[in-house]
Order: sequence, then C-alpha cells, then structure tokens
Amino acid sequence: MGFLTGSTLACLADSCFEAMMKEGRVRREIREKEISSCSIFGAMNRDGERFTGEGITRAIANMHVRGNGLGGGFAAYGIYPQYQDYYALHMMFTGGNRQVKREAKDKFEAFLCANFDLVYDEEIPHDDEVRVMDPPLIWRYFVAPNKKGDEARLSDDDYVVGKSMWVNTQIENACVFSSGKNMGIFKGVGFPEEISEYFMLDRLYRGHIWTAHGRFPTNSQAWWGGAHPFGLLDWTVVHNGEISSYGTNRRYLEMYGYKCTLFTDTEVITYAVDLLMRRQKLPIELVSKVLSPPVWKSIDRMDGKSRKLLTALRMVYAPLLLNGPFTIIVANQREMIGLTDRIRLRPLTAATRGEMLYLSSEEASIRLISPDLDQVWTPNGGEPVVGELSERGCQ
Amino acid sequence: MRSYLFPEFQVFRDESKCNQCRGCERQCAFGTHIYDPATDRMQTDETKCSGCQRCAIFCPRNALVVRPTPPYYRPNEAWTREKIDDLKKQAETGGVLLSGCGSDKPFRIYWDNIVLNASQVTNPSIDPLREPMELRTFLGRKPDLLEIDDCGEICTELGPNITVEAPMLFSAMSYGAISYQAFNSLAMAAREFGTLFNTGEGGLPREMREEFGRYATVQVASGRFGIDAEYLNCARAIEIKVGQGAKPGIGGHLPAEKVSSKVAATRMIPEGTDAISPAPHHDIYSIEDLSMLIYALKEATNYELPVSVKVAAVHNVAAIASGIVRAGADIVAIDGMRGGTGAAPKAIRDNVGIPIELALSAVDRRLREEGVRNRCTIIAGGGIRCSSDVIKAIALGADAVYIGTAALIAMGCTLCQKCYTGKCNWGICTQDPRLAGRLDTRIASQRLVNLLTAWSFEIKEMLGGMGINAIESLRGNRDHLRGVGLYEWELDVLALKGAGE
Repeated sequence: MGFLTGSTLACLADSCFEAMMKEGRVRREIREKEISSCSIFGAMNRDGERFTGEGITRAIANMHVRGNGLGGGFAAYGIYPQYQDYYALHMMFTGGNRQVKREAKDKFEAFLCANFDLVYDEEIPHDDEVRVMDPPLIWRYFVAPNKKGDEARLSDDDYVVGKSMWVNTQIENACVFSSGKNMGIFKGVGFPEEISEYFMLDRLYRGHIWTAHGRFPTNSQAWWGGAHPFGLLDWTVVHNGEISSYGTNRRYLEMYGYKCTLFTDTEVITYAVDLLMRRQKLPIELVSKVLSPPVWKSIDRMDGKSRKLLTALRMVYAPLLLNGPFTIIVANQREMIGLTDRIRLRPLTAATRGEMLYLSSEEASIRLISPDLDQVWTPNGGEPVVGELSERGCQ
Repeated sequence: MRSYLFPEFQVFRDESKCNQCRGCERQCAFGTHIYDPATDRMQTDETKCSGCQRCAIFCPRNALVVRPTPPYYRPNEAWTREKIDDLKKQAETGGVLLSGCGSDKPFRIYWDNIVLNASQVTNPSIDPLREPMELRTFLGRKPDLLEIDDCGEICTELGPNITVEAPMLFSAMSYGAISYQAFNSLAMAAREFGTLFNTGEGGLPREMREEFGRYATVQVASGRFGIDAEYLNCARAIEIKVGQGAKPGIGGHLPAEKVSSKVAATRMIPEGTDAISPAPHHDIYSIEDLSMLIYALKEATNYELPVSVKVAAVHNVAAIASGIVRAGADIVAIDGMRGGTGAAPKAIRDNVGIPIELALSAVDRRLREEGVRNRCTIIAGGGIRCSSDVIKAIALGADAVYIGTAALIAMGCTLCQKCYTGKCNWGICTQDPRLAGRLDTRIASQRLVNLLTAWSFEIKEMLGGMGINAIESLRGNRDHLRGVGLYEWELDVLALKGAGE
C-alpha cells in the first residue's frame, strides 16, 4: 500500500458527488419473505453410475407429512449426456392464460437468440393425466453463450449467471429455474411425488446424483418458481429451515451483483455457495465453516494454525454466516454435500451403502429404499457430509 | 446589573432532619449551601444550584430535595421559559450561550419508534442461558475474499483488526475535559471488559501508556494535542476526529483554568493556557488531504493499526462516509446530533446535525450500493442509551456503537449540563483535585463494567429471541426491525417496513 495520489482521489470525490446529486429517495422494500419448512433427500452414486428417479420419489414420498402440497422438486445430475457441453436452461413461463405465457416465451426467445446460440429446444415432457395446480409452460433450451463486446471478457459461467439474473428480473412471467450443464431441476406446486409423476422422472431420466424436496410454506401463495431446488449454473440447493440472518446475507450478496428476486432463504444459500465455491474457489470444508462456523469458544481452543484460519474466515465472511435453523443439501456435477446449522436445529441423517451416499431428513426414508446400510450416522451441527465422485465416476 | 433570571432549581431542606453537618456545603462546588454560624442553620443560595443532585444523594439524613422550579412566566408555547431565560442571559452578558451534555431538545428519537422481531413457531428462539450466544466483533477493514492455499495457509493479506467482546466501545472523552480519575476509570473498565476506551484529543498520560495503550483508541484531532510516535504506537487504533455530533463544524476550547500541569504535560502545551482545537484540521481542506493524513498515520505505525475517521452526522453524511472509506480509513465513526460534549454553544448543539439513526442507515446503504461496505467498520454513536438502542443500531448497519453519555451516567453524572464550568460535583468533568478525588476509580470502573455486562446480557436475550446466536447475523439485518409511528419518508431512509407490513 502506498499513498494515493491527489488526482485519483479528486476523481473519486467527484464521482461520489455525482452519485450524491443524482440520488433521489430510495424506496424501502416491502416484499414479504417466504417462510417454509420441509423434507429433503439426496442420493448419489459416487462411481457415477446413473439411476432413475424412482427410488428418490419413493423416499421423499415417505416424508409426505413434512410437506403440505405447496411445493416439491428434484435436481438430477448427468441426465443430458448428449448435450453435456451446453447449458441446459429450464424455463417457466407463467401467467393467467396460454396467451400470456406465449408472450413471455416469445420475449424470452428474442432475448435468447440475441445472446446465445441455440442448439436444441423442446417443451419438457409431462404427463397431463397428473393433477397439478395451474402448471406454467415449461420449456428447455440447450444453448452456448454468444458473447459480444465488453461481455467477451466474461467467463461463460459469469455470462450465463448475468443473463439469467437479467431474465429473472426484467422479463415478466419468465423464469430461468435451472441453468447448469448436463443437469436439470424439475419442480412445481404439489407434493414431490406428484411433481415426479408429472415430469415422469421415474422413466425419462437417469442421473448419478438426485436431490429432492417437499415443501411446507406457511403462506398460501403457491408459485411454481418458489419450489425447491434452487439452482445457479450446476449448483443446486434444497433446504429445510428458516434463516434468521437472511437480511444480512442478502445485503452482502447484493454487493457482489446477486439479485435476490425470490425472497427466499434458499435463493440466498444458492448464491452464497456460488460466490464462495465457484467465484472465490474456497474448498467445501471451508465453505461449511463459513456457513455454519464453530463457536468462538471452540475456535479459541484450537491450535495456532486452525485458530488463525477459522478466526479469519469468521471475520471476513461474517455476513455469510447462516444463522437460525437449517439443513441443506448442496449439489453440483461432482459433489453432494449435506450441512446443518451450527447448533443443529434441523435434522439430517447420512448413510452409505456401497458407492451410494444418502442424505435425508429422516432415516426411515433411506431405509425404505435401501434397507441394508453400511453406515448410518447423524452429523454434528456445522459438520459437512461430503460425497465426491470417485476417479471412476469422474471418467 | 441585577439579573432578571429565576433560579432554575429549588432546594427544600427538611429542618427536622437536618443536623447542620455541613456535608451539603462541602459537596456543592457551586456554593449553593452556606452554613450560617449566627443561627446555626444551613442557608441556601438557589441561584447557584445546577440541579446535579450531589447534595441530595449524599445527605446522610435525606434532608434535601432539589427539583426544578415551576415555570413562573405566563404559559406561552412560542416563548417557553427556556427561550425567555436564554434571552435574558444573553441580554445580561452579551455572550454565546454554552452548555454541556447532548442536546435535550425533543427531536424524534427513532430508537423509540422501532420495534424488534422474535421467533415464533417457524424458527426456534434460542436461550442464551443454554446455548452459545456470541457478541465478539472485529473492527477494521476486511478483504473481499480470503485466498487459502492447499496447506490451509491464508494468502490474502489481512488488514489490522481489533477484537472486542461486545460491540460497545467507550467514545472519545479527553483527559482535560474529564478528570484523570474518570479517564482512568474508562481505561480500567475497557481493559477488564475487553473493549476500547478513546482518549479524545487530550493525549494519553505517559504512565498510562504501557498499561492501557492496548485498550485505547488514540485520537488525532485538529489541535494535534499530545501526539508523538509513542502515543500512536502504544495504542490499538487511531482515530482522526473531524467532527463531533454535539457541535458539527466547530472546534473545541479547553479553558486555561482546566489546563493543570498534568493536563498541560499530557497535551504538550504550556500550563494554564487555553487549549483551542480549530474548527477544521488546517491540513485537511479536502478528501485527498484526509487520505494523506490517514496514510501518514499508517506509515507512522507500520500499518499495524486500523485508522478511524470520526465525523458528525450531517446532511450529506453518506457521501462523506463513502469518500472516507475510499480515502483509506478502516473505520468510519458517525456521531449523531444527540451526542454529548463537555462544552458547546447551545445554538449549535441544539440545531446542527442529524439524528444518528437516519445517518447510520443512509451510510450503511450507500456503502453497500458502492460495494465498499466490507472495506470498513461503521461505529455509530451519539444517542445510545440502552441495550435495545445498541441492538437496533447493529440491525441498521453499525458494526459497533460508541457510548459516552451512558458511561458518564454510570459513573455518577446526572446530566446537569454544567460540564463547561469545571465544577462537576461528581468529580467527572473537572480538574479540581478536591472534586476529582471524589471519583474512586475502582468503584467507577466497576460500575462501567457492570453496565457493559448488563447490556451484553440483554443483547443476548434479544438476539436469542430473534433466533440468532451471533451478532454478525444481525448486522444490517433490517428484516428484524419494524417502524411504528413513522412517516413514509422516514421508513424509506431507515429502509424499514412498518409494523404489520
């Protein structure tokens, strides 16, 4: 560090002044945050063997009473091998009637063509026999970024994130709800087993990681986009809990360009994971210590190096501590991670059988689909359970 | 000239209880109580009374009651008694009206129009008696990210940060303005509790440096009193004082009578001379000048101490704070208009500046919008009266708060507002050895530690109720606040929902 020059600072002062002059009154936000409780389940084959959504549907259905039919969803990895080099955008077009949905779709497609090269698109197949409430038009697009001008400098991932944020905030009735490669999110209003049937997950898709979510929102607003999982690129999060630090987390993430449009805790967790793991490249062991850090009394007792590291993590990333009760299952193409809050106010059970790793709100659901298990355990608060693809799996 | 003023206070003496022990006479430095040997009775000169209650509290027989005189004038909403009396004082003296302590005018106290949240059903509240509840706070600049190599070593250079065990620090009160005993009590309490005291602009007596330097924020103010390399390097943090909430835009004046030999030595000025702090720093006429001073101080301390810049909350405080952060400051301290003072012109104290709640919210928002909020710590001061004020300040975006007036009250101050006379009967705001000697540093520091301890307990209870077990999860978290009885524009500035919204 050295002295800043006077002229640099004069420029800064000028820009401050300009900002000051143009500012009117900023209106306060009065949107309501959604509160919900849930069941969650995750299954991973660490050797990368792919399996259908049949088992996970049975498992999450077994926790039927933890939801109330106002949201269910699944994330599946490895389901689009034929398009694995392209971003798979899952889109929802909502609205009161078909016309409105079509208009949103047209607007989105105009935007898409201007910013991406489209490889293939289709309506996501669904079973109309299954009764679900007010389904939106759901479409998928396999695309490659078409970066131009200043944006050419961005990485593909950052470009896709930026464009997704733009669509979600600027195009009315259009929502990007899945944007990774070789993976997809399927979700909607209903019990998770109904959503699974609707999208025919038990027969159309095979993946090496599946996560699932059954939702119990406390307000009656039923919106397909509000169901879990939440995803950004190939990160997905399913979440059970209510984060009391939401306001702090959101304001911090907004500084890094994340626009929290859905006003749910899960969205914030997704962005926090993206920021820490993808953009700042922290390993999962440390990310878990950011999200649910040990208490100071434990840190103060650690040896010098660990104490220094954990103190610095808590100090620097204090605004990303997730406070209040939560269990999350975070996944990407190569990993599935289970984590609870630091004082473990929500349940999580982990189990293994051969190459399979299971994470669940309740042990019974795991036993239902895999009665014999090698190991079953209840992880401590703030201690992550990390499942990684083996070398064989990576190939 | 005969004074047309009424006495401000009445003294009632219960003659059946009074045994002429003359304790009140000794307690009152203003000369309110006089013993009359002819009648063997205590006499009272009520015109001298400041209403500090020292005599009443220390009367061994509880024979004294001191209370404000009722307003004698014809009631008049425009010409209140205070307006009439102030005017008379000026007609009699031709001078600027001085006062001590923070403004007592009925500006809206936003803390009292903000309510806190608590968990019900969807989220468990946390019991601080059974679960960890953490208030530890770091003061200083934080990097945007931590880079960590494969061996778990931190590659990112971390700026100096101070650890305090609760987000409460004593605000700047200089030796000279307050007595050595009061100054020492603050230092002792900071050490015992695990927080910092602030030297103000009066320097740090040499013999205190080794023992208390580690618990001191040392101030560099426009008078540059008492500053040398050792003063800077013995401290935990440095604060450049640009402004003070009680008197934004003007300097300070420690009258010669208060400049005792020890005060003079500490301030490095001749004994018995006025210590005048200019209104501006005469080497800071713009933001780049401030930056040069910040970096000069960092150079002088080998970049090992965070540098704070304290400003009064004024209209453009958000833009000013942003400039301060960009100029290199690690801490921005904002002092609201209700902040205390040893002496300020009454016209300034009661009319200049803005309330801390609005200033704090505006600064926090601006720094976030500009993406520089992490680069600094915000300390809010000037009007923090209780633990719920602290927790609301944290939720409005402060990392920590300064408490000044509250600390003085803990030591005995009764806000009589006569600090500028140097005759504080409580031994706090005086250099008279007889008066200052009344303050027992062990007792005063214990009272201060008790205050911080009590507030910490209360903060933990409120945090737990909100389902939060670490103070950092409340920082800037306006979701846990709601406004009651506020106008829309006020809710906008505070970025709060109204209750029920």
